[in-house]
Amino acid sequence: MFHSKVFVTLKKSILDPQGKAVEQGIHSLGFESVGNVRIGKYIEMDIDTNLREEAEHITKQISEKLLANLVMESFSSTTEQVKE
Amino acid sequence: MAKVKIGIVVFPGSNCDHDAHYVAETIMEQDARLIWHKEASIGDVDVVILPGGFSYGDYLRCGAIARFSPVMKDVVRFANDGGLVIGICNGFQVLTEAGLLPGVLLRNKSLLFICKYLHLRVENATTKFTNTCAPGEVLEIPIAHGEGNYFTDPDTLKRLEDNQQVVFRYCDRSGRLTDEANPNGSLNSIAGIINETGNVLGMMPHPERASDPILKHTDGRKIFESIIQSFVYQQV
Repeated sequence: MFHSKVFVTLKKSILDPQGKAVEQGIHSLGFESVGNVRIGKYIEMDIDTNLREEAEHITKQISEKLLANLVMESFSSTTEQVKE
Repeated sequence: MAKVKIGIVVFPGSNCDHDAHYVAETIMEQDARLIWHKEASIGDVDVVILPGGFSYGDYLRCGAIARFSPVMKDVVRFANDGGLVIGICNGFQVLTEAGLLPGVLLRNKSLLFICKYLHLRVENATTKFTNTCAPGEVLEIPIAHGEGNYFTDPDTLKRLEDNQQVVFRYCDRSGRLTDEANPNGSLNSIAGIINETGNVLGMMPHPERASDPILKHTDGRKIFESIIQSFVYQQV
């Protein structure tokens, strides 16, 4: 069994008004040194296979076809084996 | 003439499906039917409407899950065969996710959900969806969305503009394009686009909400009238 974690964020070139709003909040909190706040999504899933390559391939397919819209978003992922 | 057969796809979370059905059947006096998203086929229809709403609760991204609904395979087949498909609001989002229209609808620049009447300028009055409008005509049709900020890459945007695929732009009462008249931050004030072959239209404003005379605003009827008119031409 493998466990994948996928992180989806808006591409750097796209304005993230939600991130901007949160950034303002962070500044109001007193942390003026913080910038470039981006909001994203985190998705995790179990994949029933013993093959790392297959688990990674499945994660990539799902991320490209469903979890992220590559017109506006990019993604990164990790895939780790877990004990059943 | 024979009535135009209009199919309206119902996703879980669609909420403008019955409005569209009412306008098609009662106001426009055509032959309308609702198509449940689990159906494998859209059946014998001339036009498909993907209605507004919040399909699948807008989870993940607006329209992202709806595009994998069973019926969408047949909608894509129908569109590729030249069938008329109009996506309104959430339907527009579904069309971009399905790859039938380029680009994507981002969160409104203001982060606010905006529900109000506004003005649209008809940029291309030669399409099957706008042939009863005058070029540059200003229509008053409401929007109601949180994600309507049209975005695409510069090359695609240039291609859309060069091919006259931008059908509607947000404008002020007199038809001028201003930042104030652009409610959501859309590139080039885009409110609606059509595909290259001219049979798939996506628009964020809701023509079905401006079609019944009892609501005072009837500019939305022109979209439905144009669609029907396009079949009249076909039959001649």
